[in-house]
Amino acid sequence: MSAGIDEEVRVTDVANGASGLDTPSDTRPTEAAPSAATPPVDSPAPEVRGVHTLSMAKAINAGLREALLGDEKVLLMGEDIGPLGGVFRVTEGLSAEFGEKRVLDTPLAESGIVGTAIGLAMRGYRPVIEIQFDGFIFPAFDQITTQLSRQTVRHDGTLSMPIVIRVPYGGHIGSIEHHQESPEAYFAHTPGLRVVSPSNPHDAYWMIQEAIASNDPVLFFEPKSRYWPKGPVDLDHSGLPLHASRVVRHGTDVTLVGHGAMVATLLQAADIAAEEGRSVEVVDLRSLSPIDYGPLLDSVNRTGRLIVAQEAYGNVSIGSEIAATVAERAFYSLEAPVLRVSGFDTPFPPAALETEFLPSPDRVLEAVDRALAY
Amino acid sequence: MPASERDFTAPTVQLLTPEGELRATPEAEAYLPLIEALDDATLQRFHRDMTVSRRLDVAGANLQRQGQLALWVPSLGQEAAQVGSAHAARPQDHIFPSYREHIVGMIRGLDPVRIMALLRGTTLGGWNPEETGNFHLYTLVLASQTLHSTGYAMGLQFDGATATGDPDADAAVLVYYGDGSTSQGDANEALVFASSYQTPQVFFIQNNQWAISVPVSRQSRSPLSLRGGGFGMPGIRIDGNDVLISYAVTRQALEEARAGEGPTLIEALTYRMGAHTTADDPTKYRTDAEVEYWQQRDPIARYRTWLESRGASAAFFAEVDEEASDIAADVRRRALEITVPTREKIFAHVYSEAHPLMVEQAAWLDAFENSFDGGAE
Ligand SMILES: Cc1ncc(C[n+]2csc(CCOP(=O)(O)OP(=O)(O)O)c2C)c(N)n1
Ligand SMILES: [Mg+2]
Repeated sequence: MSAGIDEEVRVTDVANGASGLDTPSDTRPTEAAPSAATPPVDSPAPEVRGVHTLSMAKAINAGLREALLGDEKVLLMGEDIGPLGGVFRVTEGLSAEFGEKRVLDTPLAESGIVGTAIGLAMRGYRPVIEIQFDGFIFPAFDQITTQLSRQTVRHDGTLSMPIVIRVPYGGHIGSIEHHQESPEAYFAHTPGLRVVSPSNPHDAYWMIQEAIASNDPVLFFEPKSRYWPKGPVDLDHSGLPLHASRVVRHGTDVTLVGHGAMVATLLQAADIAAEEGRSVEVVDLRSLSPIDYGPLLDSVNRTGRLIVAQEAYGNVSIGSEIAATVAERAFYSLEAPVLRVSGFDTPFPPAALETEFLPSPDRVLEAVDRALAY
Repeated sequence: MPASERDFTAPTVQLLTPEGELRATPEAEAYLPLIEALDDATLQRFHRDMTVSRRLDVAGANLQRQGQLALWVPSLGQEAAQVGSAHAARPQDHIFPSYREHIVGMIRGLDPVRIMALLRGTTLGGWNPEETGNFHLYTLVLASQTLHSTGYAMGLQFDGATATGDPDADAAVLVYYGDGSTSQGDANEALVFASSYQTPQVFFIQNNQWAISVPVSRQSRSPLSLRGGGFGMPGIRIDGNDVLISYAVTRQALEEARAGEGPTLIEALTYRMGAHTTADDPTKYRTDAEVEYWQQRDPIARYRTWLESRGASAAFFAEVDEEASDIAADVRRRALEITVPTREKIFAHVYSEAHPLMVEQAAWLDAFENSFDGGAE
């Protein structure tokens, strides 16, 4: 058992099927996604650490720990991320292990956190910021969009901005206003930023490390409803580069694409569709800026139909961008217009209504029916 | 609360009177030894730099009027605040300017043509701080740089690059911003972080009485220097048109910062004698009488009087004037030679690492331009 991984997690959990719903159930061989077939680690070679079953929160914690161990310039900054370990406990234990000079409980000011992180990056640090909740990133919006995103171009490439901003985001947790939002499109719209969002523990473990290693600023959106379900994490192989998308279910009739927590919803929809005799392909976008269109276009060229699903508001969204681009690049393959399934264009409603607001497997399947009716 | 308790005042620390006499106010006495330690060459350099700044303002405004610059941002009237504080910094210090501190940059080794390139619209930045004496880029979103400077100062601390006890190695950070900018959230958050982390840092507010057309009274009912105390750091109000006090108070504050004693806020009372920028018309919002009042307090005239009283010759002043004119002429000549960058520049450094949209869009633009007869450059 490698250090830093939850001691309670046993490799046998993987074989026992403890993997989360969102475990890629059908991956292409080259994608090296973790599977129960990966050998256990009873007597591993020193560098082989094997597959562990972790929640996404623990996987990110383990990834952050690797990054802190690997580069002394990596710093964590945020509100309540020290002794408390963050409100979602993603940084639990890290301030005890690395000290308050590496894990900073900063003053309570988001613009201040991002602005000082920019100064620290100018000094050669690699700050990793936690924004406590999605809806509280906006006080830092100015520093992110007018400063962080432009420092490299303003310095003619002589200065890099290796800053990661971790944002727990999305609904399904029944919380109060400003705690269930999906603001990723604002950042994907901004040149100079990179935006990613893992859907499962394995990707979260690797993507956080790759984001920290990136010399560009990365907005790292963590689907907070997926913090707790466990899944296999292969600690030896990432499988894919940071900005690659991945086919997580093969099918022939229609392609579904989404990111973050939506991937679990899409896989549920695919399961239901399969019972009805429909073969549905699911693509996990993983990277929202830049978008890796290769696997998506391949898929659409085979299925001829595409549904884009997202928790975010539909108007001027990531889904809109994908719909336009696929229409442009796969025009002759399309048998139906690209359809979008999104949160409504209203403020995220009171939590009692969130199941009406958030796209469900049924809402996705309704769009599948419409696409197939063309 | 009685009205008297709603009255906030702070003494203005001053060494040189507007008439050019060295007469320290009570709070200024402690700074006299710092001035006494300066040699004649340094004292003359202050005059030279203020004169160069003023001469460059004329050149910049002319270039703008002739359509050679999109904009010129003058420092007229603020020369003492800028020159004194800039000379207070040591080579290892880092300076974060707003957008008006041309002479500060030049003192640190910045070629002013780089500023012209920025205002001519050929770059978004213009220089590499590593090559300009740690003089960082101008920042146009007001007060954003205050947070960057505080983060940088935190980094100095984390690196152990400050407070080791060696003043020739220990570094500090000096950040400039304006009276209007003090109302920005970032300016206040920077003070919070600086105080919390006890950064090696000096906040230098040039209170030039105006934020474009809005007087400082709209930003604050009390002296801005008092904000230091509210955040847990000393705040000092100085006569910003007195180059000696500007030097001495900044010097002292930077030395304290590098020794690990924490940040200081300085409010330099000065006046923007010209327009906000060449796009502004100050006659719409302020009176001639106000401008005349400040003309009586001109920073260069009073310093010249003082230097004369110490025996500086007419020949010295004539020499400085000539040098300033030569510099301005040279900058003007080279500004006119600044060329338009090639179109790759749009895409070249948006990211540090390869990005597919940059590659695709640069290639598309090339193909588009080349599709015209002869291929446009
Ligand atoms: C965030 C932001 N708001 C508005 C502006 C437009 N603007 C440029 S300079 C200026 C006034 C700044 O006043 P002050 O901070 O006193 O500095 P000064 O120009 O007097 O040196 C304004 C409103 C801006 N650059 N940034
Ligand atoms: Mg002002």
